[in-house]
Amino acid sequence: MQFAVHELSVCQALLIQVEELARQQAAAAVVRITIDCGPLSGVEPTLLKDAFAIMRLGGIAASAELVVASAGVSIECLECGGRNETRPNRLACAACGGFRTRLIAGDELRLRSVEMRALDPRPVWVA
Amino acid sequence: MCQVCGCAITSPGEPVVLEILQDLLAANDRTAAHNRAHFDEHGVLVINLMSSPGAGKTALLEATIVALRHRYRMAVIEGDLETDNDAVRIRAQGVPAIQITTGTACHLDANLVHQALHELPLGGIDVLFIENVGNLVCPAGFDLGQHRNVTLLSVTEGDDKPAKYPVIFRASDLVILTKTDLLDVMDDFDPGRAAAALRQLGADTPMIHTAARRTPFMGSWVAWLDQQVARHRAPRYLPMATLAARVGA
Repeated sequence: MQFAVHELSVCQALLIQVEELARQQAAAAVVRITIDCGPLSGVEPTLLKDAFAIMRLGGIAASAELVVASAGVSIECLECGGRNETRPNRLACAACGGFRTRLIAGDELRLRSVEMRALDPRPVWVA
Repeated sequence: MCQVCGCAITSPGEPVVLEILQDLLAANDRTAAHNRAHFDEHGVLVINLMSSPGAGKTALLEATIVALRHRYRMAVIEGDLETDNDAVRIRAQGVPAIQITTGTACHLDANLVHQALHELPLGGIDVLFIENVGNLVCPAGFDLGQHRNVTLLSVTEGDDKPAKYPVIFRASDLVILTKTDLLDVMDDFDPGRAAAALRQLGADTPMIHTAARRTPFMGSWVAWLDQQVARHRAPRYLPMATLAARVGA
């Protein structure tokens, strides 16, 4: 399935991963999902959360909380070796002005952790 | 954790936290890698063309086909929400074109391209262009299996587009300034400012000028394409481990 606003596609991919993990762990419910979503990932956290609020319904993550973490954008200059935190459209080196930089953080779009509640494994004794 | 002895067995109902660290679009990336393997098997160079709607992707392709039809065997995958108008335009140039209509979707993904690629005679293609859905936001995040990303910026748009849409411009191997024959009348568009905004994205991405309509001016677009094709065809020196896996050692 495909959606306008790609956050819906991303949210669907997220839920597929989470449901698979919950199935592997035989979890009763997913409590919290934490993702890393950098400013250069192309995904807008607000839109992703909106999508999640709708798409989680009816599944194992129906009452789960979505935490979107962002570390900001940081670069390393390949000319002078300097590192600095910066904005998504300022990726040249602030120190030497060099344009050849490497992104250290900012484009990640990753499932970091899933918190889930296990099924109650205690046997039920019937007298 | 068990509260009595501290063992790893969780007590019933206690939440368990699993550390995952997996890319959210891992499934798309796997399909994209599969697509790329198909393309590489047949030596096809695949170029993903992205831009806002109306920047001139189809016009550039038409002019490219006219300029290069005797040099390369080309094909096009067209992505649009509706209509096969663009595919019809490409086919009129005598080149195979597969139209993907995405309905409401704002971007192509690796699955859609996978469906289309099996309709193409890959063995008879040197260069495959994927014309993505006109959109400067969504297509940037989805790998399709292409080898190069090319983003078009028409001079009828703002010259600050690279600063406004850093994700897509940062992902580009080449930026093409289109409709440059209109620069005389579009006096608020400064190619220098556009180039400066692009360089602020931390890459030496080349920017070339084209004007595909009236008297087509292809600038260094053809030379860039020739260079990419040559690079793609050059023998690749694979790491020993890859070679060993290939011969089944």
